[in-house]
Amino acid sequence: MKRVVITGMGVVSPLGCDLNTFWNRLVEGTNGIGTITKFDATEYPVKIAAEVKEFDVNAFIDPKQQRRMDPYTHYAIAASRMAVQDSGINFSEENPWRCGCIVSSGVGGISTTEKEVLVLAERGARRVSPFCIPQIIVNIASGMVAIEHGLKGPNYAVVSACASGLHSIGDAMKAIKYGDADVMLAGGAEAAVSPISIAGFAAMHALSTTNDDPAHACRPFDKERNGFIMGEGAAVLVLEEYEHAVKRGAKIYAEVGGFGATCDAYHMTAPAEGGEGGAQAMIFSMESAGVNPDQIGYVNAHGTSTPMNDRIETAAIKKALGEDNARKVSVSSSKSMTGHMLGAAGAIESVVCALAVKNGVIPPTINYQNPDPDCDLDYTPNAARERKIDFCLNNSLGFGGHNACALFKRV
Amino acid sequence: MTLEEKVKTIICETLNRGAEEVTPAADFNNDLGADSLDLAELVMKIEDEFGSMIDGSIPEEDTANLKSLGAIVEYLKSKGVADEL
Repeated sequence: MKRVVITGMGVVSPLGCDLNTFWNRLVEGTNGIGTITKFDATEYPVKIAAEVKEFDVNAFIDPKQQRRMDPYTHYAIAASRMAVQDSGINFSEENPWRCGCIVSSGVGGISTTEKEVLVLAERGARRVSPFCIPQIIVNIASGMVAIEHGLKGPNYAVVSACASGLHSIGDAMKAIKYGDADVMLAGGAEAAVSPISIAGFAAMHALSTTNDDPAHACRPFDKERNGFIMGEGAAVLVLEEYEHAVKRGAKIYAEVGGFGATCDAYHMTAPAEGGEGGAQAMIFSMESAGVNPDQIGYVNAHGTSTPMNDRIETAAIKKALGEDNARKVSVSSSKSMTGHMLGAAGAIESVVCALAVKNGVIPPTINYQNPDPDCDLDYTPNAARERKIDFCLNNSLGFGGHNACALFKRV
Repeated sequence: MTLEEKVKTIICETLNRGAEEVTPAADFNNDLGADSLDLAELVMKIEDEFGSMIDGSIPEEDTANLKSLGAIVEYLKSKGVADEL
């Protein structure tokens, strides 16, 4: 089995559109949530989101190509370009069949779907754009990223709602681990701050309605939490076979040491009480890495800020690590600052994990004020903490009962 | 504005090409880098603009011949669109 390391990372996020800005703001505990500006949400039950605001699409994609792609693909291409640049890899010197890409999304080009359905309804079938289908399909970002970099190896997208980004990391890691590829671009992209998406998630009562105080709306693990906040953006990581990375003198952020995936097989959207499915994903992840629960220093939680997720995920962490270890581990939710980037969440939180183990710093969970007896772990409240971490876990849990957990290791 | 100027503007916008490149004979595929999706979109925009003058849509069998600015202008004229708009 090959070892797999992270050698480059790129982000487009509500906290900034380059890696350093993103990390610095994360460690400082910066809020990325505000009133929705992408459309007029005045009459919507939910009027807040974590929007990407500093993104210059023209710096990455020419105007003609822009028109052919949904914004989720713009984010993916930009994040991939920054990741490749960061890694220093030159794909023209690589065997293209050994370089692949798995960049996924939860809902793909949902704003394009929305726009074209309105065209269909108002103007008829013959007016629907020829770019409708290639813009909306959830795998097109992965295809376009491959074109961008000339990657001819394994390429597809994984769809598991809010776990899509992390399943992508897991699958890409396995492609290298089992010897099918030397380099994989892996990640997720989402651009779902759109009317149908906000209205749909709001109808489920999944979103926070703290519309008058966006800066404090997202409060994972706090007793007053009342729903998640829609985020958007992308993260792409360059995963590389260890010897391949060493040979070219690449910098290494962290090793992707293990991965576990399970399903609750319980309810279409609600996690099963007790968190057995999430716990088992963590256990499989640690087992596949040969790591014991007492070695885990940090858990980047799914931590959505919904009443149910945070309570059940807390139970899952205790079940997976054991009560004593769970009380010693640092936990935090990046979503308190980035909002929930859906299919990009697992990818950007993998970036957070890689930097946390490399830098020995755990970013905080912001807006934590009121302890909840059901959420009684150390959530790194409100301020980042220095802590040397050898191993950390990243949880992603998706509608459909999908549970994914990746283990990152300091190199 | 002449018919040719109007069609040229639509082509420049759709294919993201400069006015100097879109000559009457320039072939959309070979000279202007358009693919099949670009051409489908271009036909749609021509229909949007001139549909009221040519009975709505352009039949599938006619679209295959619309390979250049000159071809589109000739086609529209044959359907009764005037030179001067």
